[in-house]
Amino acid sequence: MASRDYMHRLPDAGSSLRRPESLSRRWHIDLPLLLLLMVLAGVGLVVLYSASGEEVHYVKRQAVFMGLAFVGMVIAAQIPLEFYRRWSPWFYLAGCCLLVAVLFFGVGAKGAQRWLQIGGFRFQPSEALKLAVPIAVAAYLHKRSLPPSFLTVIGTLVIIGVPAALIVRQPDLGTSILIATSGIFALYLSGLSWKMIGGAVVMALMAAWPMWMWGLRDYQKQRILTLFNPDADRLGAGWNIFQSKAAIGSGGWDGKGYMQGTQSQLDFLPESHTDFIIAVLAEEWGMRGALILLVLYLLIIARGIYISFMAQHVFGRLLAGSITLTFFVYVFVNIGMVTGLLPVVGVPLPLVSHGGTSVITLMAGFGILMAVSTERRRVLF
Amino acid sequence: MSENLRFKDHHTEQRLFRNRMLVAIFGVVVLLGVLVARFYNLQVVNYEDYRTQSDQNRIQVRPVPPTRGLIYDRNGEMLADNRPSYTLSVVRERVRDLDATIELLGRLVHLEDRDVEKFNRRLQRRRPFEPVPLRYRLSEDEIARISVNEFHLPGVSVEAELVRYYPESKLFGHSVGYVGRINERELSGFSEEDVRRYRGTQSIGKVGLERSYEDLLLGEVGYENVETNARGRVLRVLERHDPKPGAELTLHLDTRLQQVATEALGDNRGAVVAIDVKTGGVLAFVSQPSFDPNLFVTGISYKDYSALRDSLDVPLFNRVIQGQYPPGSTLKPMMGLGGLAAGVISAETEVADPGYFKLPNDPRIYRDWKRWGHGKHIDLIQGLAQSCDVYFWDMAARWNIDDMHDVATRFGLGEKTGIDLPREYPGLFPSRAWKRGARGVPWFPGDSLNTVLGQGFVLATPLQLAVMTATIANRGTHYRPQMVMAIDGVEQPPEVLHHVDARPEYWDLVFEGMEAVVYSAHGTGKKAGAGLDFKVAGKSGTAQVVGIAQGEKYDSEALKERHRDHALFVAFAPVDDPQIAVSVLVENGEGGGRVAAPVAREVFFDWMSRPLENTASRLVWRPPMSISAPVHPHPHPHPHPHPQEDGIRG
Repeated sequence: MASRDYMHRLPDAGSSLRRPESLSRRWHIDLPLLLLLMVLAGVGLVVLYSASGEEVHYVKRQAVFMGLAFVGMVIAAQIPLEFYRRWSPWFYLAGCCLLVAVLFFGVGAKGAQRWLQIGGFRFQPSEALKLAVPIAVAAYLHKRSLPPSFLTVIGTLVIIGVPAALIVRQPDLGTSILIATSGIFALYLSGLSWKMIGGAVVMALMAAWPMWMWGLRDYQKQRILTLFNPDADRLGAGWNIFQSKAAIGSGGWDGKGYMQGTQSQLDFLPESHTDFIIAVLAEEWGMRGALILLVLYLLIIARGIYISFMAQHVFGRLLAGSITLTFFVYVFVNIGMVTGLLPVVGVPLPLVSHGGTSVITLMAGFGILMAVSTERRRVLF
Repeated sequence: MSENLRFKDHHTEQRLFRNRMLVAIFGVVVLLGVLVARFYNLQVVNYEDYRTQSDQNRIQVRPVPPTRGLIYDRNGEMLADNRPSYTLSVVRERVRDLDATIELLGRLVHLEDRDVEKFNRRLQRRRPFEPVPLRYRLSEDEIARISVNEFHLPGVSVEAELVRYYPESKLFGHSVGYVGRINERELSGFSEEDVRRYRGTQSIGKVGLERSYEDLLLGEVGYENVETNARGRVLRVLERHDPKPGAELTLHLDTRLQQVATEALGDNRGAVVAIDVKTGGVLAFVSQPSFDPNLFVTGISYKDYSALRDSLDVPLFNRVIQGQYPPGSTLKPMMGLGGLAAGVISAETEVADPGYFKLPNDPRIYRDWKRWGHGKHIDLIQGLAQSCDVYFWDMAARWNIDDMHDVATRFGLGEKTGIDLPREYPGLFPSRAWKRGARGVPWFPGDSLNTVLGQGFVLATPLQLAVMTATIANRGTHYRPQMVMAIDGVEQPPEVLHHVDARPEYWDLVFEGMEAVVYSAHGTGKKAGAGLDFKVAGKSGTAQVVGIAQGEKYDSEALKERHRDHALFVAFAPVDDPQIAVSVLVENGEGGGRVAAPVAREVFFDWMSRPLENTASRLVWRPPMSISAPVHPHPHPHPHPHPQEDGIRG
């Protein structure tokens, strides 16, 4: 296998055209991405302050997590891509082992086991898989000739399928789908043929009915049904969506003013500081605020895509593309859910919703993106 | 394998990636467009709808029930008060799991199955987001336990509510009456305006003055716009329109006189009515046995109710206005006056009484209550004093029944007195037309003989007898009997219904005859005036109990007692300037003079022994032209205690 590594030698490797390295380059920081992320995190803290009912406690906690996450991002950016690639099978295996451990020793609430507790420290192994899976898939495909052959596709699907299945068992359908999505994006970007994509879509449609009959739990079905008829049960399953739509809609173009949102401030909006925080922003800042946020996300995604285009080899390219597109999926699923376009799944709004683990995973992902971005000129052996 | 070993084509890979990424970018742009369109749809296109929805969410219009008007006796003593009571209520819309909530509440407070049953029924007909009462009259401990667990009980609240309280308990059960929870029947009879007026109000007058003055006592509902959070907790009041409290009623009733009359009746079943001769105001209104109206206010328990309902003494029966009794000889003074006015008899008319009477062409013998007769020379005065039946038979035989009926009607018999109380019965005074219509047979002369003695077809309520007596005492001025003296401090003028025209000497004769009842040697009501330093005029009566009322259980001892005659006595005092007229009924008391007259005496004694300023209330209405009305030196010694105050008291 190692004999094929020479294939990845860059044509201009060791070029003497090197300019003096800028500070950001030396620290492997992508400045435009960093600035955009900092603006987004700042906006997130401001909205959180209002959404939590002016609880400084929440904001402080979140700020500490953000700080940690930025540090984590910088650290992740320092690690050479080659390291991620070589170690990816071990990350992946360790992650899967933790998921198995969760099934046996996990703790949790509301009938789901998602956490591992070691001493006083709790963490959610599925978060780690959010990165481990795309890295593993990208590394796997990196060594295959592309477009992927049928066998390679099967191999990739196995890599994706094992952790996804373990997470579904917790049960945590939302995270499972997102992790699977991140792997599938890498596969897709590697040049999966349209025939196979078409075939998969047809199979998915055919699987929908048995999935509905036997695969989904009652509360999951309920959420999907609620999507189509949220008014049927306003005080039960439809409550959240009814209230969030009222919050967003009543914000209008101008919004009700910062900390003036009646829906969010009077507790009509459930989960206002976590999953439904965009409704607070849209209610208080109006459609203008929502558009500004969408533009911020769009810019971050655009930068991520640019980085993936500029990547000099398959691993970096697939990884950057997958991380960026998955980030977009988070944004879309969350906002789609809060505005009543998608069923309610527990997906936080990236960098705005309150919650520590997801911020750290996300920023680590952006760290890897930065590693890709600043490694352009490096020779990979 | 050959594919696997194929050389990786760097440019193909890059092209493939670019190709796929461009499709993905297209997808991202389209989906972001969908989100923008969604925001546009929610925030711009449907802005008004969602704005309204969000306002409806947070702003609730809450009715503010008015304070029910208070009721006082003539001296400002409280007869009906409002006191705070704590009610456990549930807003169904705010409760996720009702069964679990009720289960938890059942562990915190005492809940009976009946409470839950009633609650479920109330749930069916609630308005959205209206708190539905689950338990009334929470104790302090229960309130504390609920507030500790408030966090687990969204949609559950403890509400302070003013409920009626009757401090005198049984004393005014039949007159003041009571309020109770609005029931389904009443609710279904509500007009749209009623539904509005009773928003937030749980009670309605059921019996007595509480019912007849319901419209005035209720007041006018107010409302407030409040901002609430999702758990229904009120955060602030945005706008408030104060309710208008109900009118305050000041009654003619006198608490002490009521007590005296009640005590004088003792353990007997019966009724006592005292009327202010000058106004028609009812000073005492006793129907024995009575009941505690407080039992009914927040819903009487089944046990208490069946005890009241099944009692042989029928305590819920208002004898004063619903008890229709044969008035017996108490009619004689009125009949005497009618006979004089009609010229059937005169002061000189004398009748020989051998102990019986015979009508011409009628073999039947009518026996006087006194077997050997009252003597050979019985005139009107002796006829009244000794209650001589033959004297009045002789008169009736020569008198037209329809004229008799006419006189009785002017004195208030045979029709409702028009007192300001609900469900009054009219009694009956027969006439030819009535008998033909009701019985289908013509009038016989013998019917007149029964009628003049207050028997046969004649029925009268104790109130009617009191009105009749007051009309005699007033020398023909027949006032409508009134419970309420003043509404919100505004005096209610008395109302004259009839005037009986007769020469003054005729009235003097009747007065003399009634005085003789109390004071002459053979008088039948001597106990009515015993030991009083003013003159009393009265008339005794005895009403035969015809049968056993339907539904009464057979009990030989009780039955024997209940077969005895009813004792009656009507009287007024003082004779030279009548102030107060009284009628007394003692069920199965047998002798009117023996059992009923002493009750009247106690009432007179109490009323007349008071200093004048006590009997003549501050608010008493005085006819401006009347010379006979006592002129009080200080008509308004104190300002009226609570004329126009509003708000919560107690």
